[in-house]
Amino acid sequence: MTREHPGLFLAPAAVTLGAVALFPALAVLWLSLEERSPLLAAARFVGFDNYTRLIADARFWNALANTVYFSAVSVALEVLLGLLVALLLARAFRGRALLYSIILLPWAIPTVVSARLWEWLYNADYGVLNYLLGTHVNWLGSPGWALHAAILMDVWKATPFVALLLIAGLQTIPRELYQAAALDGAGAWTTFRRITLPLLVPLLLVVLVFRTIDAFRVFDAIYVLTGGGPANSTETVSIYAYKVLFQALEFGYGSAVAVSVLAVVALLTAVYARLLRGSMT
Amino acid sequence: MKLVRGMGLILVAVWSLAPFAWLLITSVKPTPELTQLPPLLPSAATGAHYLAVFTGHPFLRIIANSAVVAAASTLLALAIGATAAFALARLRVRHAPLILAAILAVSMFPPIATVSPLFLAINAVGLRDTLMALIVTYTTFALPLAIWLLTNFFRQVPVEIYLAARVDGCSAFQAFTRVILPLSAPGLIAAALLVFIFCWNEFLYALSFTSSPAARTIPVGIALFPGLHVVPWGEIAAASIVVTLPLVVLAFAFQRRIIEGLTAGAVKG
Repeated sequence: MTREHPGLFLAPAAVTLGAVALFPALAVLWLSLEERSPLLAAARFVGFDNYTRLIADARFWNALANTVYFSAVSVALEVLLGLLVALLLARAFRGRALLYSIILLPWAIPTVVSARLWEWLYNADYGVLNYLLGTHVNWLGSPGWALHAAILMDVWKATPFVALLLIAGLQTIPRELYQAAALDGAGAWTTFRRITLPLLVPLLLVVLVFRTIDAFRVFDAIYVLTGGGPANSTETVSIYAYKVLFQALEFGYGSAVAVSVLAVVALLTAVYARLLRGSMT
Repeated sequence: MKLVRGMGLILVAVWSLAPFAWLLITSVKPTPELTQLPPLLPSAATGAHYLAVFTGHPFLRIIANSAVVAAASTLLALAIGATAAFALARLRVRHAPLILAAILAVSMFPPIATVSPLFLAINAVGLRDTLMALIVTYTTFALPLAIWLLTNFFRQVPVEIYLAARVDGCSAFQAFTRVILPLSAPGLIAAALLVFIFCWNEFLYALSFTSSPAARTIPVGIALFPGLHVVPWGEIAAASIVVTLPLVVLAFAFQRRIIEGLTAGAVKG
């Protein structure tokens, strides 16, 4: 047999990922030590100045708190509701394929479109939500409500994804276990507590961390829904970084803000990789 | 119990669909009725918003941009990704699990953390406000997804088939293109669909790298929908319906493949 040359097969991907993904991920660290504008070539090395500024920046801490709250609440709801939906849909019934397609829709459409859609549902004056509830709440205009409005939208969009993953997990649980439990006279709740849930825990953890990584990066949904307002009450770290980069045109400091997202995500990814390896063995 | 289940299923369907229904209703409501509730339903359906979307704005151009960017990126990501995935699945690659883990890490990169250096690089090579900038970026960031999915699918093709092709005198590359690829068509379709959806929906890079309708894609077009004093909700709804349609078609036509792709990574590992 001729030689295989695996390196040649890997080269195009390695070059692309190296140049367009890895290089920027390293370059952003360097940028975060500079003071520079995006369009002028002039740049000045300032060491860790941007990071000392970051630590003293109340708006950054506010954005971080918002991001943590948004991620924690939306992911908790998504996993809980996703599990409920998965249990509901796991057993075969007529029209299941159709329902699968239907719950795929919120996940499949562009986040920007769903944000526009929810912005309209939430509209204070003409929104159908206020009409149906008989209320006059300015959902996106009041600091107490806006972040929760964003969370509800995210739950709408991501729960189907969680449910579909969990359904796939449910289907890998051997049927004999359920038959044995039924023979032993176990009720639905006992069966769930003793068989389904323990066997689903590894996958639940994987989904939990995966969704947390995704939620922590949140940008599109909030950029369109509220732009970070009112009074920065929905501003996440990604939104804040974007504003510093492309509105204040401070590429050095903006990169430092972005590095904080990268650091948290890197940490979560390490956890995720461990969980994946655990669930495979 | 059966009744509770049935009601639960209906609730899930309504919860998923109701916002779309409202979008559809909004898109055919005459403008004066948009600011009136009740009634929920329009007195008569109008096509005015759809007409306005296609005549008043460079909307067709934006749709074409998205189609070109998503199609080109999907093609490139699949070609490059399949080649790498084949090596990882079937050839003797040292540290293959480590390489896959590194690729997974890349897929987690927050776009906000790479956007500033990429912006500078794209600006430096004169690609700002071009579709090419988006194609290069999307191809790269879709690669991890493509490689993970395809490695998984290629591994499901029995190794004996690959070895038989090799014994019959195929080079590794021929065995890949003539034997493994055709046998993995369902996996390729699943990967293509997910990559296409990713590219069609991407927002942050598109927002940062483009500045004119010449290179704008759909998400940016929808997010920055022009409206001077009043937000044109009817037109936004109509535009949203138009750009959502392709995805609705995909979701219904390829439901099984999309779900297969979605779950392949997380469940089978």
